[in-house]
Amino acid sequence: MILTTRGLTKAYAGVKANTDVDFDLPAGQTRAIIGPNGAGKSTFVGMICGRIPATRGTVTFDGQDVTTLPAHKRIERGMAYTFQITSVFPGLPVRENVALAARRGLGRNKAAVRNKTDEVLSRLNISDRADQMAGDLSYGHQRILEIGMGLAQEPRLFILDEPTQGLAESEVEDFNTLIKTLDAETTILLIEHNMNVVMEVAEYITVLDQGMVLANGTPQEIRANAAVQEAYLGSGHA
Amino acid sequence: MSDTSKSHGLHLGLICVLALAYFVLPAYHSGNLASVMVIAIYAMGYNLLFGYTGLLSLGHALFFSAGLYGLGLMMHLADWTPLPAFAAGLIAALVVSAVIGFLILRTTGVAFMIVTLMFAQAGYLTILYFGKYTRGDEGFALQQASRQIAGYDLTDPGVRYYCALVLFSVTLLGLAYIIRAPFGRTLVAIRENEERARMLGYNVTAIKLKAVIVSGVVSGASGATYALLFGYAGATFATVQYSIFPLLWVLVGGAGTTVGPFVGALFMFYLIDYASGKTEAYLLVVGVTLVLVTLFLPHGIVGTIRTRFLRWLP
Amino acid sequence: MEFGPHLLLASLEGATTAAVLALTAMGLSIVFGVMRVVNVAHGEFYMVGAVLAWFIATSVGAHPALGFVAALLIAPLLVGFLAAGVDRLILRHINYDPERTIVATIGTLYILQQTTLMTFGPDARPVEPPFNSRIALPWFEWGENGFEFYFPWGLSTTSYKLFVIAAAVVILITLWLAITRTKAGLVMRATQQDSDMAQAFGIPVKTVYSAVFGLGAGLAAIGAVLVVPIQQAYYLMGHDPLLLSFIVVIIGGLGSLPGTIIAAILIGMADGIISVFFTPTLAKIFATLVVAMVLVFRPKGLLGKSTS
Repeated sequence: MILTTRGLTKAYAGVKANTDVDFDLPAGQTRAIIGPNGAGKSTFVGMICGRIPATRGTVTFDGQDVTTLPAHKRIERGMAYTFQITSVFPGLPVRENVALAARRGLGRNKAAVRNKTDEVLSRLNISDRADQMAGDLSYGHQRILEIGMGLAQEPRLFILDEPTQGLAESEVEDFNTLIKTLDAETTILLIEHNMNVVMEVAEYITVLDQGMVLANGTPQEIRANAAVQEAYLGSGHA
Repeated sequence: MSDTSKSHGLHLGLICVLALAYFVLPAYHSGNLASVMVIAIYAMGYNLLFGYTGLLSLGHALFFSAGLYGLGLMMHLADWTPLPAFAAGLIAALVVSAVIGFLILRTTGVAFMIVTLMFAQAGYLTILYFGKYTRGDEGFALQQASRQIAGYDLTDPGVRYYCALVLFSVTLLGLAYIIRAPFGRTLVAIRENEERARMLGYNVTAIKLKAVIVSGVVSGASGATYALLFGYAGATFATVQYSIFPLLWVLVGGAGTTVGPFVGALFMFYLIDYASGKTEAYLLVVGVTLVLVTLFLPHGIVGTIRTRFLRWLP
Repeated sequence: MEFGPHLLLASLEGATTAAVLALTAMGLSIVFGVMRVVNVAHGEFYMVGAVLAWFIATSVGAHPALGFVAALLIAPLLVGFLAAGVDRLILRHINYDPERTIVATIGTLYILQQTTLMTFGPDARPVEPPFNSRIALPWFEWGENGFEFYFPWGLSTTSYKLFVIAAAVVILITLWLAITRTKAGLVMRATQQDSDMAQAFGIPVKTVYSAVFGLGAGLAAIGAVLVVPIQQAYYLMGHDPLLLSFIVVIIGGLGSLPGTIIAAILIGMADGIISVFFTPTLAKIFATLVVAMVLVFRPKGLLGKSTS
């Protein structure tokens, strides 16, 4: 298991966003987390990567308890995180955005940083925009850039919070292809609303509802699960 | 020519022009230029924090006066020679900025600005409180006889000018190097999007603390240089006004540009000099300039040149 | 004087300071609460109010009371319009960006201060109080004959100082009623809650901002008019009220109006008492450091509610 949580709970002024979440993610898997709005998905991954302090419970990453570590230390140990609301460095060129991500791991080795940056840019087909300001990119390209920043970190656990939100259909397909090629390289934890994406890329699915784990299973099992259908239909979601 | 060599050219060119200017300019103006170079060091230190890291401090006079009094008191009360006293000034600025930095970085935004203002005000009052040693607002002069380094008389206009130039050049080239290095890039990243930088694995608080310390020490170096070259230390330099001046110079010249602080300091020095010849209320130009720059020139002089014409400007 | 009477005297001085401070800080607090900006020029609006009060009172020239009443009515109004003008000409154009607003109001600070210096000169100007009878205060102690009252030498206040306290209380209650009970107050509170939503409901947010900025400065000016018969009007007098108002607003919790009042009373009384017993510089160092530490460790203010 590369990632394990036990009893992970977050309460805001007494209201629980997550309650006793036990979660196991084997290395190399592509896992999707789904659930209705307000199910506590973003809070849950926020506690995993350290953006949100847990009220109680533990997070174990790669065999070590990281519950008390600040976010930057967890990232240092091999997590990467992309934000639900696109978050890039708008006033810096695209190349520098990616280089900043690469530099954290590669340090002062300028050549290695440059190679890694070029590699990521060409892999995402945005080499021709390398010198543009990130803030001038289209929304779709900013999302892709943010995924690129994650790639440049060479993470062992790559957490993506609703990466396809707001993307056009063709861009979603490119995204699916990208995730499938990444599948062999790293462990992926994906929050996703778009069920087409989930069914296409996820090997295994965890369903959260009202802050708790409702079901775990393969895409086929989840599709057939009555409780999951109830949760979705009950909250008016397709 | 690459952008890097262009910026090296710009910095070395500016230093050469300043080196030659002493022979061309009348004594009055070369004296002014020596002052401008010293206060430009202060502005450059401020710019590292404000222009590159995005932290607006209203309390840098504290760091400037830490250097000023660190050197001044050691020479005045303990009869130290200039070089060890200069080191004392730097150490004073280092200690003050490390302690203050540790505290102020717990706040952000408007609270950060007010806290820096409050600490600087407390520092100013402390200088007044120990008036027995610091002589308060009146201040004290450093004896001409003590202001000698290796036989060079720092009160001589020529020696003073080139001493100012050397320290100015070291600061300019040093800071230009820092902002091109990974550390400087990270500062800009924090300015642009702090949360993103943190989630790339950067220890944002520690990096900001380093920025406060470097900025504080450079500001302190300016204060120590000022006391040494112009032979005077007084509590006026610790007032709010001297925290606002570097902000003004950097805003006018261009925040986040390497030569902006010098350009802003030069422009405002002559503007205030001109206005003080005309009216008792010469600080009016400070107010008008601040308002006009905020309204119409948010990138400052050099920043506007960069946006409009020369994208490569460092 | 003995300690007891001395403390009473200090408390009375403190109460006058607190009354003026409550008005001034309330202005800063309202502006911060509604517009989310810090007005660094607040102390200068106070100063302009004081200098205008002197100018109006000496221009009227009749009985001191007449001049004072004229000043109390006209000076805050003029300062309010001046501030609304600053809002329209400057702040509106930088979209109330918090940092740029601070820089722009620092600029405004110098402009107001230096223009006053050019217009009225550097001298301190007195204003004659409308009435000023000395009121001796009694003190009591257990003597040989049991409980007895006497009038210690030096223990006195003036009718004018008591008037300042009463006036501040009346004005603050009026303000409170205006905010909670009138349509204008409702509009102001709606804008404070959510300016975008207020805009959508047809509230002219820009006009509200100008009015609030004017109101804030006007309150500072009222404080200043009340204070000039005790202190004097002077172009550099804005510094201390600004710093004290900052302190009050921070201790009271940024943007909390009841917190501002409580903190003003605390700080005003403390300032009065401390400055009677300790050297003012040490007291100021201490006060400044305490406030800085409050902001560092309790950013919501001592009296503000903490989240989480």
